Amino acid sequence: MADILRERERQVYRKGQQQPFQLDCEKQSVAGSVSQRACVFCGSRVVLYPIVDALHIVHGPVGCASYTWDIRGALSSGPELHRLSFSTDLKEMDVIQGGEKKLFAALCELIDAHKPKAAFVYATCIVGVIGDDVEAICKRASLEKGIPVLAVHSEGFKGTKKDGYRAACDALLQIVGTGPVDDVSPLSINILGDFNLAGETWMIRDYYKRMGVQVVSCITGDGRIDDIRRAHGAALNVVQCSGSMTYLAKSMKEKYGIPFIRVSYFGVDDMSKSLYDVAKHFKDKEMLKRTQLMVREELQRIMPVIADYRRALEGKRAAIYVGGAFKAFSLVSALRLLGMKTVMVGSQTGNKDDYEQLRELCDEGTIIADDSNPLELSSFLEEKDVDVFIGGVKERPIAYKLGIGFCDHNHERKEALAGFEGMVNFAREVHGSVMSPVWRLTPRKRGNGLEVVK
Amino acid sequence: MSSQPRGPKAPRPNWVSTRNPCKACAPLGAALVMRGIAGAVPFLHGSQGCATYMRRYLISHFREPMDIATSGFNESTTIFGGEKILSQGLDNVTSQYHPALIGIATTCLTETIGEDVHGLLHEYHEKREGAEAPLLVHVSTPSYNGTHIDGFNDAVRAVVEQLAEASAISSADAASSVNLFPGMVSSEDLRFLKEVAAEFALPITLFPDYSETLDGPSMDKYHKIPEGGTTIPALRATPAAKASIEFGRTIRTKRTAASFLQERFEVPAKRIGLPIGVQESDVFFAAMEKLSGRKTPEKYRMERGRLIDAYVDGHKYLFGKRALVIGDEDLVVGLAAFLAETGVIPVLCASGGKSGALKHSIAEVTTHVREPITVRDGVDFMTIAEEVEFGELKADFIIGSSKAAKLARQLGVPHIRVGFPIHDRIGGQRILHLGYHGAQQLFDLMVNTMLEVKQDSSSIGYSYL
Repeated sequence: MADILRERERQVYRKGQQQPFQLDCEKQSVAGSVSQRACVFCGSRVVLYPIVDALHIVHGPVGCASYTWDIRGALSSGPELHRLSFSTDLKEMDVIQGGEKKLFAALCELIDAHKPKAAFVYATCIVGVIGDDVEAICKRASLEKGIPVLAVHSEGFKGTKKDGYRAACDALLQIVGTGPVDDVSPLSINILGDFNLAGETWMIRDYYKRMGVQVVSCITGDGRIDDIRRAHGAALNVVQCSGSMTYLAKSMKEKYGIPFIRVSYFGVDDMSKSLYDVAKHFKDKEMLKRTQLMVREELQRIMPVIADYRRALEGKRAAIYVGGAFKAFSLVSALRLLGMKTVMVGSQTGNKDDYEQLRELCDEGTIIADDSNPLELSSFLEEKDVDVFIGGVKERPIAYKLGIGFCDHNHERKEALAGFEGMVNFAREVHGSVMSPVWRLTPRKRGNGLEVVK
Repeated sequence: MSSQPRGPKAPRPNWVSTRNPCKACAPLGAALVMRGIAGAVPFLHGSQGCATYMRRYLISHFREPMDIATSGFNESTTIFGGEKILSQGLDNVTSQYHPALIGIATTCLTETIGEDVHGLLHEYHEKREGAEAPLLVHVSTPSYNGTHIDGFNDAVRAVVEQLAEASAISSADAASSVNLFPGMVSSEDLRFLKEVAAEFALPITLFPDYSETLDGPSMDKYHKIPEGGTTIPALRATPAAKASIEFGRTIRTKRTAASFLQERFEVPAKRIGLPIGVQESDVFFAAMEKLSGRKTPEKYRMERGRLIDAYVDGHKYLFGKRALVIGDEDLVVGLAAFLAETGVIPVLCASGGKSGALKHSIAEVTTHVREPITVRDGVDFMTIAEEVEFGELKADFIIGSSKAAKLARQLGVPHIRVGFPIHDRIGGQRILHLGYHGAQQLFDLMVNTMLEVKQDSSSIGYSYL
C-alpha cells in the first residue's frame, strides 16, 4: 500500500472500499508532495502554443522559454513560428530596473523580423513581482506595429494550470470578433480544445468536412489568427479538452450567443458520439445520414484491426494518469474496447463531477487519485501489477523503471491517437508496449537471477 | 567576443531578445548536482512549475525518474513570504522519502522577493531538534544569473562549503584521497572517472556522482531515492584530501569548490580542461600519475595507442573538415581541442554560457590551428545561424547537444550529438566523452559520419572507402 501524505489522504479513493464516495480535488498542491502538475504559465503556454502564425514571447528569465521550446507535437500546415522560442531573457539588472524597455524592444525587433499576425506576451513569475506594466507595453507595441499584441497574465505562482488556461482564453477573447463573418455557413462550428498533436485536428476536420460542416476556426490546433478573428461567426462551439476551453466557450456563449457542446475524439464510442452530437445539433437529416455512413465506413475499416489487437490484450491491466480528467473517461472506454481493465486512474486537474463520473465508469477496486505524485503512482503500479501505464513524459520513467509498459498520451506525443484512425494507433502502441519481449527479462518478472530464460 | 567574420555581409543586428536559447536556467544545474548526493532529494524553493519543467527536461535526457520537490508558491506566499510552505515542504519530503539530505535551490521568484533561505533553514533546523531531520544544504540560483552550468558549479561549491568539516583533516584515510569535481558530464563519464581512479588505486571523492542515480538498472521495487551518489561522509571529508582536481578551463573566473577548499583548508587545487582527446586526456592522466605515484596502467596506455592509431587511419577523411561546435563552454573547449588534434577545424565555437573565458580557453587548446576560429559566447541558436550565414562558415557537420538539431537540418549537415541535453536520441547519459576511449568513440563516429556523407552523395556508392 502506498505511503500517502496525511494532507493527501482524501485525494485518493478506492472504489468499493470507501463509502460514501469522497475525493478532494481542485486544491493547491501540497508543498513537498512532488506533484506532477506544472504552473499557470504552463497552462497558458500549452493552450496558445499551437497558434502557428503568432509570435510567442516569454517575458522573464530564460528558463521558462528554454523548457517550452518546440515542446508540443502540435503540427502546422503552414507557418512554423510557434516552434521557435523567444524570450526577453531577463538578467539581474533588468530585474532591478524593470523589464519594460527590454520587452518593448524585443517585441519590435521580433515583429519586424517575423511579421506575425499577432503576438502573445507571457508574463512569468518575476514579472508579476517587479511590476512591469505588460499590458501597457503590449498596447504600445500593438499601436506601433499594427497587429494585436496580447498580454497573457501567466505568472507561475498566481494559481494553477487552470488559471493559465483562463489567462490564455482571455487573450483569445480579444481576438475573437474582429474578423469578417459574411461567408460563414449556418452549418458551422469552431473546434475548441484540439491541438493538432501529430495532425489530429486535420483528421477531425476531415470528418466534419465529410459531414458537410464548415469549420470556421480551430482553437488552437494548426491555429490561425485570421480564423480566430472570425470564430464568433460559427453556429456551434464543439469543445474537447473541456478543462482548458469551457471558459472560452461560455464566454462566447454570453457574448455572441453561440451554444457549445462537450465532446471527446478519443476512442471509437466517444468519437462516434461526438460526430452524432454535432449532426443532431444541426437537426439536418442529410447531415445525420452522411455522418452515419461515414461512421459505419470508418468502423468497418478499423474494427477488424482492433479485434486482432484485442485478442492479444484481453485481460491486461492499465493505469492512467493524465492532465485533464475528461480525457481519462475516453481512455477507460478505449481500453475496455481492447479488452483491458483500468485498475488505476487519476488526473492533475479533475473536478468533483469528473471524478464522480470516473467512479461510475470504473470497476470495483479501481484506485482514483487526484494530483498524485511519483511515490504514490509507483506504489499503485506495483500494487495493481499493471501491464501498461498511460501518461506523459514525467510518468514514463516511473513505469519503465519498474519494467512496465507505457503509452504517451500527453502533448509531446508523435502518434495521432484521436479519431478512428487514432484508435488503431492507440491499440498498436499499447500492444507494442505490452507485448514486447523485453519485460520477460526484467527483475519484476523474473527476479535478478542470471539463469537462462526459456 | 568574436573575431572578424569574413565576407562582405549585411551588418548583424544586435538582438535584444533571446531566440532559440542555447542554455537552461541555473536551478536545473543545481537540482542535477543534488541528485548526485547519496540519499538526497532536490528541492526547489519557488513555483510548482519550475520543478515540473526541470524534471521533464532532465527526464527527457536521462530517461530515469527524477523527483524534484518544491515549496510551490502562490499569490499570498509571494507577498508574505514562503516560510510556512518551505517548512511544510521539507516536512513532507522527509516523511515521504526519509532522505539523508535535502538540497534546496532557489529560483528567480524567491530570489526576487528576497527570501532569506539561509535564515529560514536555520530556524527550521532549530525547531526540528531531535526529530527525524535530514541535513539541509542550499544554494542560491536566481535564474536571471548565468545558465544551468553556473547553477551546477555554484551548487557543487555550496554543498562542499556547507558540508566540509575541518575535523576531518586529522583522519588518515581521507588524507590519501583526492577530490574530483568533474563538472556537468554524463553518467558514463562519471563511471569512467571512478574506474580510472580504481585502476590507479587512488581513493577519490567524485562529486557530484549521478552515474547510478541517473542511469540505474531495471527494478522490481521502486526506490524512493535511487541508489548511488557521493556519500555524505565523503563530502564532510573533502578538506582532508591531499588535492582537488576540477575540470573546466572556463571556470577560472569562478569561485569553485576546489578554490574554496584551497583557500579555506589549503587543499591544493589543480584545474585542468575536460579530458577530451589525446592531449587533454594526457594532462588528466599525468595528474593521476602524480597524485597516485603510479604509472598510467597498461590498459589506458593501450587505449591511448589505439586512439592515435585510429587518428592515423582516419586522418585523411577528416583533414580540413569544418565543424560547428555548440554547447556548454567547457565541453566546447574540450571538443575544440579534440577536433583540432584530428585535423578538423572548429570554425565556430559557440555557447549560451558567458564565463568570459571561452575565447582564451579555445585559443589555448587550438594553438596549432592555422585557420581562423570564431568564438561566440552568450549566444542563442538563431544568432549562431546568422553567424554561420554572414561569416560564410560552410560547415561539414555540427557537434553539440540535441538543441542544435534544428540548425543542422536548416544547414543540411550531419549532427553528432554530445553533451546535454540529448532529447531526440536514446542514451545521452551513456555517451562517453572523456579519456582515450571516449575520444575513440567520438572519433569513429565522426569519421563514419563523414564517410556516410561521402557514400550517400556519390553516384557510385563505393563499398570500400
